[in-house]
Amino acid sequence: MVATAPLLADDPDVLLQVDQLSKVFDVSAPFLNRLLERQPRRLLRAVDGVSFHIPRGKTFSLVGESGCGKSTVARLVVGLYQASAGQILFDGTALSPALKRSQMNAIRRRQQMIFQDPFASLNPRWRVADIIAEPLRAHRLVRDRTALRTRVAELLEQVRLSPADGEKFPHEFSGGQRQRISIARALASNPEFLVCDEPTSALDVSVQAQILNLMKTLQRELGLTYLFISHDLAVVYHIADLLGVMYLGRLVEWGESRTIFAQPRHPYTRMLLDAIPDLEMSGKQRTPVAGEVPSPIEPPGGCHFHPRCPLANASCRQETPGVIDTESGQVRCHAVQEGRD
Amino acid sequence: MTDTLLQVDHLRIEIPTRHRTLVAVDDVSLQIDEGEVLGVVGESGAGKSLTGAAIIGLLEPPGRIAAGAVYLRGRRIDNLPYDELRRIRGREIGMVFQDPLTSLNPLYTIGRQLVETIQTHTDLSDSRARQRALELLREVGIPSPEQRLEQYPHQFSGGMRQRVVIALALCVNPKLVIADEPTTALDVSIQAQIISVLKKLCREHGAAIMLITHDMGVIAETANRVAVMYAGRIAEIGSARQVIKNPLHPYTRGLMGSIPKIVPDNPAGTQLTQIEGSMPRLHEIPPGCAFHPRCTERLPRCSLERPELQTLQTQPVGQVVQAAAQVACWRYDASAETSGEAPGGAV
Repeated sequence: MVATAPLLADDPDVLLQVDQLSKVFDVSAPFLNRLLERQPRRLLRAVDGVSFHIPRGKTFSLVGESGCGKSTVARLVVGLYQASAGQILFDGTALSPALKRSQMNAIRRRQQMIFQDPFASLNPRWRVADIIAEPLRAHRLVRDRTALRTRVAELLEQVRLSPADGEKFPHEFSGGQRQRISIARALASNPEFLVCDEPTSALDVSVQAQILNLMKTLQRELGLTYLFISHDLAVVYHIADLLGVMYLGRLVEWGESRTIFAQPRHPYTRMLLDAIPDLEMSGKQRTPVAGEVPSPIEPPGGCHFHPRCPLANASCRQETPGVIDTESGQVRCHAVQEGRD
Repeated sequence: MTDTLLQVDHLRIEIPTRHRTLVAVDDVSLQIDEGEVLGVVGESGAGKSLTGAAIIGLLEPPGRIAAGAVYLRGRRIDNLPYDELRRIRGREIGMVFQDPLTSLNPLYTIGRQLVETIQTHTDLSDSRARQRALELLREVGIPSPEQRLEQYPHQFSGGMRQRVVIALALCVNPKLVIADEPTTALDVSIQAQIISVLKKLCREHGAAIMLITHDMGVIAETANRVAVMYAGRIAEIGSARQVIKNPLHPYTRGLMGSIPKIVPDNPAGTQLTQIEGSMPRLHEIPPGCAFHPRCTERLPRCSLERPELQTLQTQPVGQVVQAAAQVACWRYDASAETSGEAPGGAV
């Protein structure tokens, strides 16, 4: 039923390819409770058959409401979770537990992560210079102390902080400055690929603008590839080349960001776009979305979105929609397939 | 509509610490008319939440009101004894907090919390209070309220919880609702629902709202007037349309420019306008205008003298200024006669 995207492993332009990726969490009650209360196992399909690929030097953005599995995808890609099914190919190499330790380390050096909360992701007892030097030490990338110090100073300057800031502790910095420190740490091992999990959602708008501009400049200067997770469509519009929309574990639409913003195909994408506050004050009423995201433990059958979808019919309630190719990507929707949209 | 409901005069909030006393809110004056929605925006630490807390008398010690006064319908309320203030809270001023999970008691059912609040302020019987609670849940758009009344907060989703909190704030028809970041913890799609509920209820109950938020989008859709706060002071007050379309203060202009927008003729790859640096911490607020170190249009006197909020009479070239616009910036000082030197265009 579900079409498989062609494997592009040999395409040198593709840095990351994710194919039919799934992650299932076991959220059952403890064994004894299950036995006594005769409960079945309960499984949460956080990520359900997600496929996409990111060309080198581009930004792929995943958007969706909380609980849709976008952060789980990020963690799967960097190997913080083991995939339940499916494949992740990084620069042609499949990430799997079968890889040798040295191979895995080599890949880890090339991908780094920036987290959402700059207050929780920096060790409060370490000086900034030590925080930034950690990847350098872990991957044994510098020979001696002098080289280490020079590299740390260089990194601090790269994120527009002063080398003297290395002597301070994280609590002496504001939220935006801390996020710069996490970016410097992520850049320490000269990675090609950065996974950014909501890097600006804990920041004020004016600081968010600084961080987004910095990330764009760094991408241009260092040729980085980003997987950018966000719930804010305006931010995504600004930074993404490619866009994927997730709903309850499934990628419902993906393709070129511009195309999707101009012509959203999936009803959920349209709904998200309609929900954006209107700053132009054109008097357009924001269409409040009916209903809420159902529980991912027992998602509605067929297309997960059908209870909230204005276009739903019988087939939407029963069958999981297949993948349809669009101009620049793919969409999973019965209505689009049958031309009812 | 034109009656002043709430008047805040020269409010100053101090937080004494071991080393020195910090001034968190300094000389803030604002007023809210009946049935009006006043938005208060600013970055974290600008003092907007403290202003809201001070109005309702919920300032946490050691923070205290050091000067100024708060009037509700002409009656001074900031110096009332605790018991009297308690009666005003809830009956005349309702409050909606940011995090709906912490503002509900996890150990009591929703119904019990609503009934308790209703009975605190009215002398309705148990069954009548329950009836009222049901009505309220229906009004804020909670499906099957009879069953929901018997449930605990953890059985509600984030959006539903925030609806309950709104129901709690509105349960005895207050004249003013202070909503402190009511949509920040919610997804965009739910945000739109909550805002429409809040707007609808206030229209029907004739209540005014003081909407504290850092989200300009929410302000644009909801507020009649906007006050922009920076480092404990009001930088600019004006109609929502004027502040968003034609911001006067350089800070507001920078703030508006730094919001990512979805506009077709703005191709990806363009840089966002950014304000360099960050807001000063409370112990290092610079003399003069607090914004001057980051300001791109500063004048020599900006670092020496502090600009007061002044009502703009004249219209700077090329900008439409509505009568009530107030701004604290030397660029707009009428007495200095900077003849025709209009600040840079709107963003």
